[in-house]
Amino acid sequence: MTGDPLWSIFVNACLINNFVLAYFLGICPFLGVSGKLETATRMGGAVMFVMLVSSVCAYGINALLVAIDAPYLRLISFIAVIASTVQLVEMFIKKMSPALFRALGIFLPLITTNCAILGLALFQTNKGYDFPQCIAYSLGAGAGFTLALVLMAGLREKLELTTIPDVVKGTALSLILAGILSIAFMGFAGLGG
Amino acid sequence: MAQYDTSESVRDSDEFIKGLWRENPVFVQVLGMCPVLAVSNTARNALAMGLATLFVLVMSNAVISLLRSFVPRQVRIATFILVIATFVTIVDYAIQAISLDLHKALGAFISLIVVNCLILGRAEAFASRNTVGRSILDGLGMGVGFCFALLCLGAVREILGSGSLFGIPLFHEGFQPWVVMILPSGGFFTLAGWLLLFNRLEQRRSVSAPAAAEALQ
Repeated sequence: MTGDPLWSIFVNACLINNFVLAYFLGICPFLGVSGKLETATRMGGAVMFVMLVSSVCAYGINALLVAIDAPYLRLISFIAVIASTVQLVEMFIKKMSPALFRALGIFLPLITTNCAILGLALFQTNKGYDFPQCIAYSLGAGAGFTLALVLMAGLREKLELTTIPDVVKGTALSLILAGILSIAFMGFAGLGG
Repeated sequence: MAQYDTSESVRDSDEFIKGLWRENPVFVQVLGMCPVLAVSNTARNALAMGLATLFVLVMSNAVISLLRSFVPRQVRIATFILVIATFVTIVDYAIQAISLDLHKALGAFISLIVVNCLILGRAEAFASRNTVGRSILDGLGMGVGFCFALLCLGAVREILGSGSLFGIPLFHEGFQPWVVMILPSGGFFTLAGWLLLFNRLEQRRSVSAPAAAEALQ
């Protein structure tokens, strides 16, 4: 995998192996924050930034852990880095845009337990990507997450106006939608390796 | 998340039983979705994942409950995550030692137990406020409930998607497997189907309960 060109890694992470619809990572915010289009877009932006920072940090940490021969500390140090990055983003958003801070609410600190971010750090290590490849991978994964979230939010806003049976309302409906989206994304499979 | 009754009047056995059905983590609370959908393509993977989660849940609930009076409130989440990550690392290495095939099939999802919202949710909502014994019971109940849900999904997806259960073929050769069930979208559809079933049961119960009360009067 190490010889992949950057664009192919980006397209792969964004469309073909979309983190939400193909790997099932980050389902909780996907179902939780996709009620409104505007919040979904901003949440996507925040996740993208955390992904980029934690991917760069994870690359550094992995290099360090390999050097001191302590791979069993990987998981613990990754999660510690992600938690502190989220804290940083939280403070930054609070200072720069209090309105956005209120809109995201509880889901901002919960980015820590977003499996998409830890998953990204683990996958890039398993695949043995070098530094530019890591950045392309994290940008692709972030863009893919945002795309899935925004598509879902758009669909759910439309569904607000239709009549649906009571039994299907809520999570079940969102899951059926996600399943259909997932089938649609399989159409991208021919794009790359 | 639902409100939990933490009063002492609740019997200990209730802490165990509630996770199995009434507050089932997957079907009722919809927590910890990522591993549920990702590794439920065969019953064997689903069971292994369920057991791994059960172990981490029970152990972390016990340790967090022991530490609950020493940890300052501000750093509790970080402490919980570190405790959980420690047990997940143990499970990861244990599975690698027991079966390399299984470790490959589950892949990064074993490490991702760390960020399973179910475990952190139980630590925050239950273990940090209750005694060790009750926390272990709660962890056992929730873990078994999670295992049961995973198995429900894994069995349906394996039977329909490859015509077998735990690798044993169930149908004769003419069976045409539903490939979609093994694919990611199959996970979404199967879980949606189970949730529909649960919603329907719940609806019927809430409709029939008042009717029964009226009939008594």
